[in-house]
Amino acid sequence: MALKANALKVGDTHTARLVEDLKRTQIVQYAGASGDYNPLHTDEIFTTKVAGYPSVFAHGMLTMGMTGKMLTDYVGDARLTKYGVRFTSQVWPGDTLDATATVTGVSEDGGQKLVDLDVSTVNQDGVVVLSGYAQARVD
Amino acid sequence: MAAKHFPVEAGHILMFARSVGDPNPIYSDPDYAKTTEAGAVIAPPTFVQSSAQFDPDYFLRPKIGQPWFGSGKNPTGITRAPGGGGGGGGGGGLHAEQHYEYHRPLRAGDVLTATPLPGKTWEKEGKRSGKLVFSESVTEYRDQNGELVITARGVGVRTERPVEQPAKA
Repeated sequence: MALKANALKVGDTHTARLVEDLKRTQIVQYAGASGDYNPLHTDEIFTTKVAGYPSVFAHGMLTMGMTGKMLTDYVGDARLTKYGVRFTSQVWPGDTLDATATVTGVSEDGGQKLVDLDVSTVNQDGVVVLSGYAQARVD
Repeated sequence: MAAKHFPVEAGHILMFARSVGDPNPIYSDPDYAKTTEAGAVIAPPTFVQSSAQFDPDYFLRPKIGQPWFGSGKNPTGITRAPGGGGGGGGGGGLHAEQHYEYHRPLRAGDVLTATPLPGKTWEKEGKRSGKLVFSESVTEYRDQNGELVITARGVGVRTERPVEQPAKA
């Protein structure tokens, strides 16, 4: 279900809830699947007593991965050409995240129509935890 | 991340998609995937981060017989923990940025080679964590035919001290 260039306009948005009350177990799942076993994400004792953080926290890449679901649900599967983010604040167990894509431009490159998007993910306090962009092929 | 042999396997894709909370059947159901534009089970957009599994030297995975900085009998298994831990694409500290360029869809059955290219390093003074040292790494993921599938650019940041948290209201 790809997007149609002629139905898109700058300022269009798509928002999705990524997770409600993020569980430590989901962070463990991501550690196991991604292979990033940094104890900062799964080992409460190390993280509080040695690293000095209030609790374990999510991999930035878990937030990017969850935000990627919002994007592929919006632009369609196998349609992304670019996706990049900055991690602007940490994500903690218990957080609820919402992600938004905003159309910033529609263009054509060598006969291929493209949409450019701003990407932003916020937590339950309205703090931006991820900020970036994406580009996708559209029909 | 360096990996000579990164087989993109259907079971790994399923587990990865689950871990990011994505039930899209294109990541798990070959019959459904055949009916889509992609034509086969594909990998989610950030899947190549799991090339860490295939990097023999990846430092954020415990190695058999070697000390590990996570807790066991003691809060850390080594006498001096690395400052702020490690992580991310930039080779240490916290993960600051990640960027992907997709040259074609990544499919189950592809076998990738991950080749790291040299990146830049720079410094900045941070309000919440002291001096910040940023380091960039670019990784090219090529398939079994040498064709470029994904270009990844990660930026890691090493902080002087743990990031201060804003007071909760």
